[in-house]
Amino acid sequence: MDNKENIKHEPLVRFHEVTKRYGSLTVLDKLNLDIQANEMVSIIGPSGSGKTTVLRMLMTLEMIDEGVIYLEGKPLTHMESNGSLVLADEKHIRSIRSNIGMVFQQFNLFPHMTVLQNCVEAPINVLGLKPDEAEERAIDLLGMVGMLDKKDEHPSRLSGGQQQRVAIARALAMRPKVMLLDEVTSALDPEVIGEVLSVIRKLNSEHNLTMLMVTHQMGFAREVSDRVCFFYEGKIAEQGPPSQIFEAPKNERTKQFLSAVLNAN
Amino acid sequence: MFNGIGITIAQMLCSTALAIIISLIFGLMRLSSNRLILGIATVYIEFFRGTSLLIQLYWIYYVLPLLINISLEAFYAGFIALGLNFGAYGAEIVRGSIQAVPRQQWEAAKSLNMSPILLMRRIIIPQTFPHLLPPFSNLLVELLKATALVSLISVTDLFFMSKVFNQTYWMSLQVFGTALIIYYILARFFLTPFLRWLEILAARKVGKLIG
Amino acid sequence: MNLEWRWDFAFEILPQLLWGTVYTLMAAGIGYFIAIFIGLLFMLGQRTRFYVVNRATREVVEFIRSTPLLVQLFFVFFVAPQFGIKFSAWNAAMITLGLHYGTYLSEVYRGALEAVPKQQWEACKALNFSVSRTYGKIILPQAFPVALPGMGNYLVGIFKDTPMLATIGVVELMQSANTVGSLTYRFLEPYTMVGIIFLIISLPTAFGLRKLETVVAKRQGISKK
Ligand SMILES: Nc1ncnc2c1ncn2[C@@H]1O[C@H](COP(=O)(O)OP(=O)(O)O)[C@@H](O)[C@H]1O
Ligand SMILES: [Mg+2]
Repeated sequence: MDNKENIKHEPLVRFHEVTKRYGSLTVLDKLNLDIQANEMVSIIGPSGSGKTTVLRMLMTLEMIDEGVIYLEGKPLTHMESNGSLVLADEKHIRSIRSNIGMVFQQFNLFPHMTVLQNCVEAPINVLGLKPDEAEERAIDLLGMVGMLDKKDEHPSRLSGGQQQRVAIARALAMRPKVMLLDEVTSALDPEVIGEVLSVIRKLNSEHNLTMLMVTHQMGFAREVSDRVCFFYEGKIAEQGPPSQIFEAPKNERTKQFLSAVLNAN
Repeated sequence: MFNGIGITIAQMLCSTALAIIISLIFGLMRLSSNRLILGIATVYIEFFRGTSLLIQLYWIYYVLPLLINISLEAFYAGFIALGLNFGAYGAEIVRGSIQAVPRQQWEAAKSLNMSPILLMRRIIIPQTFPHLLPPFSNLLVELLKATALVSLISVTDLFFMSKVFNQTYWMSLQVFGTALIIYYILARFFLTPFLRWLEILAARKVGKLIG
Repeated sequence: MNLEWRWDFAFEILPQLLWGTVYTLMAAGIGYFIAIFIGLLFMLGQRTRFYVVNRATREVVEFIRSTPLLVQLFFVFFVAPQFGIKFSAWNAAMITLGLHYGTYLSEVYRGALEAVPKQQWEACKALNFSVSRTYGKIILPQAFPVALPGMGNYLVGIFKDTPMLATIGVVELMQSANTVGSLTYRFLEPYTMVGIIFLIISLPTAFGLRKLETVVAKRQGISKK
């Protein structure tokens, strides 16, 4: 695992036999999932199938029970100690966590800070950027998501779509290698979903960011994804290019799920 | 009598400062996942809330100096006892108001790779103020009233001076009446308006935004 | 002065302290009992439509709440004789505790009544219930669980304030310890033991009250989260 050749072809993110339980409930069941650099992977599946949990594990908001998650070939959840893998401590987790950014369903902006402060807080205090450097970066990103004119507003004054675009800029300001998006449009009014989707589209096409996206927007997943994973009961029941998943699903569950979603629309 | 008021205010300020520090430390410790830290904080809080302030005051003034062989001036013993006692109550307020901040705020801060200290200092604690201040204001009014107890270990505060006057002139109505009115004025026209102002300030800065 | 803990001395003074404890509990109990009624009066005074009574009650309550119990104790005990009324230390203490905690309890009652939804009053009016039926059958049963935590807190609170009574010479636990201390010049054992006795009583009481709250809330069908 140490030779250079191997590292190059290493996926950016690898879930290896990852299991997560809450009490007696097994939420993720020996999950294996590889994500290549610059890949856009969508996760779809019924509610409660463990989609959010996958992202939360990768973001290290929660510990896994079994298996290992690798980032660029290095274990994220574990660290090497005397030649064997042990559960990672806070320090190790923080050093790796900096590569990952996350956008939440409920935006989770810091309500006591302005839009700009939301975007510079971590770059200054975590990355150690100089304030004007961080501000420059934040202004760039706010421009990209179309929120520059609101930079001095507090989140409570913004619509859901606007808050979500700020949340995306805030996560990007940390220059993560992987972006995790958890149903970022589910809490939005229908008329503002489009503005958030177009920001993600832009990230995908222009910035070539590696993204792992949980979504219920089937049309959007189909349009932007390189690969779609269908989750069922803590496992990937089926995965493949969007054309295959949406047009010729092989798995019975996938068929059921897709027809249920399409009927609902 | 004026000196007495000064001492009462000094006691109030010193014990408030101590109580705030204690509240923060033990309030945060109460949220720790480390059993030992949690245990220490719980014992501290239950101990100081379970016994009487007056007993703690006497103990700190009469017993503690003998045990650890120091001499503790009454003034110090006074505000230390007040601060330790009210800090225990304040710690529970701090804990409650931190728990009232939505869990998602923690997660958002972690996803930006903030250290636990930065997360607390910049994200969580500022959001606790609107929850924290109203009960804390009540606590501080109680603290002001409780400063009268330090007269019992012969700190020459407002009440101590009133007792001296009473013994000299035997005009209980005038002397104790005046003392009551001064306490009332301090609480109603100085402390409470100041705390209200802080609450409004916090509400304006954070509360309205949190909604 | 000897600094070591002496068990023999501790045991010697224990009976005296336990007697003190009995008086302390009595003082807390009686004081609380009085406070319950005075609180009711204050609450009614603050709810009445007669402006003068209403206003005056509010001011009195505010005044008592913002001034120290200890000073009030001295005021009642030393000032009354100037007007020819002579209270024993015990009676002065009960009056003061009752008044002081009455103001707190009136706040608790007020909050609890306000917690009963307005629609409940309107429903009673619509059903043409009498005032006593409205209060007795509808309002108070709903207000009580809300009032209980506050009332419990102040019961423990009054208990923890009783050591102050020693300052006007009421013989209770603290006074017993003071007496022992001044006779023997040993403070370590009496004051420590007083502290422990307080812990032994107040912690289980607080715990029991919390249990009671959940039981009552359940019985009333108002589940606590
Ligand atoms: N903190 C938790 N404690 C207990 N169960 C949880 C917790 N978080 C999630 N779960 C359970 O795990 C399962 C998967 O949740 P989640 O990953 O959020 O599903 P999805 O995002 O696919 O809807 C659900 O059954 C949920 O109830
Ligand atoms: Mg989810």
